[in-house]
Amino acid sequence: MKEFIRAAAQQAGHQPVRLLQILRTVQSHYRHIPAEAIDLLAGQLQMPRTQIIADIEFYSFFHLTPQGQYDILFSDSITDRMLDKQNLIDRLSGRLKVSIGQVREDGLVSLNNTSCTGLCEQGPAALVNGYPLTRLDTARLDEIADLIERQQPLSTWPEHLFAVEDNIKKPGLLLNDPIPAGAGLERLYVKGLQVSLDEIDRSGLRGRGGAGFKTAMKWRLCAEEPGEQRFVVCNADEGEPGTFKDRVLLNRYADQVFEGMTICAAIIGAEQGFLYLRVEYLFLHDKLQHILQQRRDAGLLGGNILGRGLRFDIEIRLGAGAYICGEESALIESLEGKPGIPRNRPPYPVTHGYLNQPTVVNNVETFLAAAAIMVNGDAWFCATGSEKSAGSKIISISGDCQAPGIYEYPFGTPIRQILLDCRADEVLGVQVGGPSGVFISAQELDRKLAFEDLATGGSFIIFNTSRNLFQIVQNFMHFFAHESCGFCTPCRVGTSLLKNQLDKIVDGHGSAGDVAELEALCRLVKNYSHCGLGQTAANPILSTLERYPDLYHNQLKTISYEPGFDLDAALDVARRMAHRDDSAAHLTQVEE
Amino acid sequence: MRDTINIDGRNIPFEDGQTIIEAATAAGVYIPHLCHKPGYSPHGSCKLCTVNVNGRNCSACTFPAASGQTVLNNRRDLTEDRQRLTQMLFVEGNHFCPSCEKSGNCQLQAVAYALHMLDNHFPHFYPQREIDASHPEILLERNRCIFCNLCVRASQEKDGKNVFAISGRGINKHLIVNSASGYLKDSDIEIDDQAVHVCPTGAILIKRTGYQIPIGQRIYDHQTISEAALQQECADGE
Repeated sequence: MKEFIRAAAQQAGHQPVRLLQILRTVQSHYRHIPAEAIDLLAGQLQMPRTQIIADIEFYSFFHLTPQGQYDILFSDSITDRMLDKQNLIDRLSGRLKVSIGQVREDGLVSLNNTSCTGLCEQGPAALVNGYPLTRLDTARLDEIADLIERQQPLSTWPEHLFAVEDNIKKPGLLLNDPIPAGAGLERLYVKGLQVSLDEIDRSGLRGRGGAGFKTAMKWRLCAEEPGEQRFVVCNADEGEPGTFKDRVLLNRYADQVFEGMTICAAIIGAEQGFLYLRVEYLFLHDKLQHILQQRRDAGLLGGNILGRGLRFDIEIRLGAGAYICGEESALIESLEGKPGIPRNRPPYPVTHGYLNQPTVVNNVETFLAAAAIMVNGDAWFCATGSEKSAGSKIISISGDCQAPGIYEYPFGTPIRQILLDCRADEVLGVQVGGPSGVFISAQELDRKLAFEDLATGGSFIIFNTSRNLFQIVQNFMHFFAHESCGFCTPCRVGTSLLKNQLDKIVDGHGSAGDVAELEALCRLVKNYSHCGLGQTAANPILSTLERYPDLYHNQLKTISYEPGFDLDAALDVARRMAHRDDSAAHLTQVEE
Repeated sequence: MRDTINIDGRNIPFEDGQTIIEAATAAGVYIPHLCHKPGYSPHGSCKLCTVNVNGRNCSACTFPAASGQTVLNNRRDLTEDRQRLTQMLFVEGNHFCPSCEKSGNCQLQAVAYALHMLDNHFPHFYPQREIDASHPEILLERNRCIFCNLCVRASQEKDGKNVFAISGRGINKHLIVNSASGYLKDSDIEIDDQAVHVCPTGAILIKRTGYQIPIGQRIYDHQTISEAALQQECADGE
């Protein structure tokens, strides 16, 4: 092991900022991070072992105990559940004789759930040793179970199991017309850096992650901030359930995304860029590395870009399973090799980002658009869209419709139009912007896709009238409780309290006052949390409670009080110890 | 004239680089807090010091004071919400004040009194947390840990060590110890370390001293936490 750890640390240049990459190497080799490896790494990297343990226990894809030789993680997004995921995972659990959340005794296989894997339009999906399995059904699962029992190496598994499609259903302004590699950089130097930045400003481009900060303003603030170095970071930690457009952009338009990053680097004066790629997209890693190498070979990255003396290169850093790292300051912490805990702001990343230096963090789609604006001009861009939301938005459509996939629309497009295009019938409602966004009902389909109305980072999940609203909201609330980083009190405790309080009501144990209590708790978590995760975590409840108050109230018992404490369940330990389960060993706490 | 911020109608001077809570403390205005301690780098996690600055909620312990700020602090709605946040801290751990050695000297308990907390309000989590009694002189009682990070910061910033860290995610957060065994006895902690003395609750205790000062003669038996904090922290700040 000593040799392996030494080599892994050396490959990472003994840099603590690359700790996540080292841990990933160790995890995939030993199927966990052994205690001995932690001590060796602490020595090699000159850091306290507690910092390494904190990383392992923060990120879902690291483990202190061995996982199976075949480690299977089912995507547990609402869209997977709508495609019968629950029965499928139960079936696989039965076939392989391994419980969910466990490693089989012989160590061959482990099975668990994971947050949305970004394959919502071709689910139910799972990951096996980090690689995606799509369109799962009973036949495929039986095939997979068989391959595992026969201990076939992953490299020999049939390719169709791993097929990931792009599913671009409706290309628009950006997707129809990718720029040739280098064209944006050529234009940048023809126009000059200042004129180019002004042009991005005039285009009205706003951040595509959902918050909509003006891109040119961010770049300008960063350029004007004194600093020893500056950094460009592309946020490809697409973790919002229901979002998968970055997966497709990186699979098909990566060159243009990298070009956008390079343009930004030239303007702000950065020499180093990072693509922070969520580990669920590990399957894109080698392809992206190859494209980066091609760009270096073509003089579009490296020490003398286009012969203009521009120095810039891009390193890919993989995440390790944490939704919170999509928040820009948490992402930067993660880039520095630490748990993804959002920083206190001010200062903002644009002045104190990576290594406390001025840093631009933008979404994949933002860089894609910036590169296109360089080539086609600001007028071309803002001719599309609405007054406050220039250009187009690429959305990921999943859920109840006949043609899920990638759609690109001018901002200002009504939801009704989108539902027509993807052929959605009997619509109950749409979750726009993912769990952190808003649930709109069928009465609101004239609302528009725009920063000034319905903003979205790209998630667009459709539900038809056969769906149970509570199951949707429960899935979202369990997601937030699982993904809360735990830094601040209202989110750490509040998201778990919200989850439990909602479950209590949905399970039929709610009584008068429990909905009011739920609502009060929502307000508390929303108003007091440290970052966007906590501030939006209550949205699934708030936006459905606002639209369907009766649904919640009808779920309540007629009695005036139902204790939160389950007396009978608490006696379970005593029953097991006494080996009895007769009626006298059970108690009801409220007379029915 | 010096720059001022306005807290609850009172103009309060501040110096460049001061946070709102620092300016407030210097002027004798108490803002409830648990994870903040003068002389330590700000953390901003407990959220008890949340104040309303020009219409927006901010943590007073991390937010820089700036001219023109109108700050709301001692308001009924804020006090009620701070009480709820304190109740969250109580239900996520296992806090039994009547049998706790720290009772009367505990900031969590004192802040709860100051916020008029009379019950825990929320359902308890009853988490299973490990007690580390391995060290001959120091007890680590994780049931009482509120993740304020003060022992972590004390060890790093004051003691030049790295004895503690907070690990895990969400409701599963827990305090870990930097030693090969994970136990305190195998770490390089020493009885005189700041980290041993900084805990605002009874999570880190010095053994055999729990009842040297009888109940009734302890810090918050005679003073409210606002009085004690202003006295202590004004002195610290100078």
